[in-house]
Amino acid sequence: MNTLSILIVGVGGQGTLLSSRILGKYAQLSGYDVKVSEVHGMAQRGGSVITYVRMGDKIASPIIEEGEAEYMLAFEKLEALRYIQLMKKSGKIIVNGQKIDPMPVITGTADYPNGIIDRLKNKIETFVFDAMSEAKEAGNIKAVNTVMIGKLANIMAGSKDIWLEAVRACVPPKTVDVNILAFERGYKL
Amino acid sequence: MQELYLGNEAVARGAWEAGCRVVAAYPGTPSTEITENIAKYDDIYSEWSPNEKVALEVGIGASFAGARTMVCMKHVGLNVAADPLFTASYTGVNGGLVIIVADDPGMHSSQNEQDSRYYAKSAHIPMLEPSSSQEAKDFVKLAFDLSERYDTPVLVRLTTRVSHSRGIVELEERQQVDLKDYVKDVKKYVMMPGMARLRHKVLEQRESTLAADCNSLEINQEIMNGTKIGVITSGLVYQYTLQALPDASVLKLGMVYPLPIEKIKSFAAKVEKLYVLEELEPLIEKELKSNGIDCEGKSLFTVQGEYSANMIKKAILGEDAGEIAAESDLPVRPPIMCPGCPHRGAYYIMKKLKLVVNGDIGCYTLGALAPLSAMDTCVCMGASIGMNHGMEKARGTESSGKSVAIIGDSTFMHSGVTGLINVVYNSGNSTVIIVDNRTTGMTGHQNNPTNGKNIKGASAPEIDFEKLCEAIGVGFIKTIDPFDLKGFETGLKEALNFQGASVIISKRECALLDKKKWMPALSIDKDVCIGCGSCLKLGCPALVKDGKKVKIDGTLCVGCGLCVSVCPTGAIGNGENT
Ligand code: SF4
Ligand code: SF4
Repeated sequence: MNTLSILIVGVGGQGTLLSSRILGKYAQLSGYDVKVSEVHGMAQRGGSVITYVRMGDKIASPIIEEGEAEYMLAFEKLEALRYIQLMKKSGKIIVNGQKIDPMPVITGTADYPNGIIDRLKNKIETFVFDAMSEAKEAGNIKAVNTVMIGKLANIMAGSKDIWLEAVRACVPPKTVDVNILAFERGYKL
Repeated sequence: MQELYLGNEAVARGAWEAGCRVVAAYPGTPSTEITENIAKYDDIYSEWSPNEKVALEVGIGASFAGARTMVCMKHVGLNVAADPLFTASYTGVNGGLVIIVADDPGMHSSQNEQDSRYYAKSAHIPMLEPSSSQEAKDFVKLAFDLSERYDTPVLVRLTTRVSHSRGIVELEERQQVDLKDYVKDVKKYVMMPGMARLRHKVLEQRESTLAADCNSLEINQEIMNGTKIGVITSGLVYQYTLQALPDASVLKLGMVYPLPIEKIKSFAAKVEKLYVLEELEPLIEKELKSNGIDCEGKSLFTVQGEYSANMIKKAILGEDAGEIAAESDLPVRPPIMCPGCPHRGAYYIMKKLKLVVNGDIGCYTLGALAPLSAMDTCVCMGASIGMNHGMEKARGTESSGKSVAIIGDSTFMHSGVTGLINVVYNSGNSTVIIVDNRTTGMTGHQNNPTNGKNIKGASAPEIDFEKLCEAIGVGFIKTIDPFDLKGFETGLKEALNFQGASVIISKRECALLDKKKWMPALSIDKDVCIGCGSCLKLGCPALVKDGKKVKIDGTLCVGCGLCVSVCPTGAIGNGENT
């Protein structure tokens, strides 16, 4: 398989590392070479965070650069726009419609941009939904990750069984059921 | 068996497989997860030492005692450990001694981007540099062998992207490596002038042997493709090179000090144009040029930040990348103190009192950012107290009573305590706020000598700040909950007015330590809120503007209640946002 590059972007503390772990597991179970580049340390304290997942026959660099990404999972919409240049024109973005004000907006030195979703849609195929209420419906507001992964699984195709196995292997054992439900909700969106 | 391991996890696995018995470290991004993973192996003794110097001394002792030993730190930690490092190069080892140092090009989580390779050069210690998780594991094992074979400590250099990237790693079994005999040998282990002079000769001999031998070291690997472009590189930049220049020939250096000059010369002769691709300082490039090898490096690149595949493509092939233009007008999203962060109360009062604040390294460094903007200086671990004392001595009464040092519990133990001793000893008039949040926060919550737990989470003796300060001779000591804003303000004013060294212990647990303690989100009654913005000055990310008034983002608020005490109208309470 040619290299497939997936971005996961969001705000530190949103738990994006779980998504990258599931994607890594999916790649491994599918027999691909895979590299995942994570953010630890300062940015995890509410800063803008980006995780790269690359899978394929043989992966060299773990970093996704301008014009390389096929897919983006965005946990916050402003963050989707911030990293848009890393996408291929033919790429697809899955956005959780959540809005989290960055500090310059809170302190009034900047405005939260208007019409983010339209700006995204003008450039690239974009799927927007409220992953948080989907997760709540599934039974746990924290299952946002697996809702997003469910949608990605549907778009990427591939074996659904492998996706489910990857989810089961990565989420905390006690939360498997609710996460599978959340995955299914995302898958059907 | 294969696992998808972080580079740091792979380093830990490598040490375990190599039969390592002792590991000591101080946490520091991007190195922390190495020792966190080591702590999971029951057949390795591991510890968080109070700082990197102590960690390396523990490591040297364990090595002399015959055990394979590893010591881990971030790049600036090696500055702290530099004293034992330079002399350990003279003594050499008994059991293999491997020192991991993680550099942070691009300063993702650091105060500078120094290049640790210069330590290898100036301390005359060989240094390996892996480019993937698999190599991280393999190189650590090799480092133990080299350490024992050449009787030297060995440095392994990581960078953030190697430490924090996951890749597939092939797992192997643990080697059975016995403890070596310890034999008293003052000529080797007691470094005073007479003995050290002899060891300096040994060291020089060892270095030239290594410089010759590394030409045939397998990890210095020549990969021939075309002859038009040749690249010499190491670490993660090797992966960028593969991606950017698939047709180039590459000499990948697994050992970055000393350099295999003969091998490099022969490679250089095979290619038309030779580039050196290295992040940060032009160490390899300069070494080549001083050996008369023609090459190009920093004239095309930069000593700042990280390289990338696209950067290499652009500089060498002139090719641009990207299909969609970047958005330029977006508000930035800097890191912030978490909702419920105990430091927020202390900063709110410091800002209110308009103090000059000498800061330190930790989560609380974020108090420098808007809207708290309550920090004037921050240089290195432990520096706040010394700097505050220096300011006071330089400016006298103009400064005393108007400035404070702020330092975390773990940072105080790392290197703040000596600064406090200095204030007392030299009749200083400094006020020090120890923000004790019961953990080492920024690096992801490691235990330390002041929170009563060791690296495995088992109970451990707990240093009592009050007693410690008392023993040092501090005249005013008070422990206050920083969310008691009134009490904190009164206490701090008393401390500032006190003649002599004074310490406030601002004690409240980190909000992330036990999420079970989170309370339901608060809310703001729109009819009561007058939109004065007092609460926004706290810089809590859960408090956001809503037209002319303020609302609480219920998904972020942890119900800490701090904002309730700054609202003049009592608009904040339990219930739904209205
Ligand atoms: S909104 Fe108020 S109660 Fe909630 S976390 Fe922020 S300061 Fe604490
Ligand atoms: S401090 Fe109280 S009155 Fe002032 S803006 Fe905040 S909630 Fe409204």
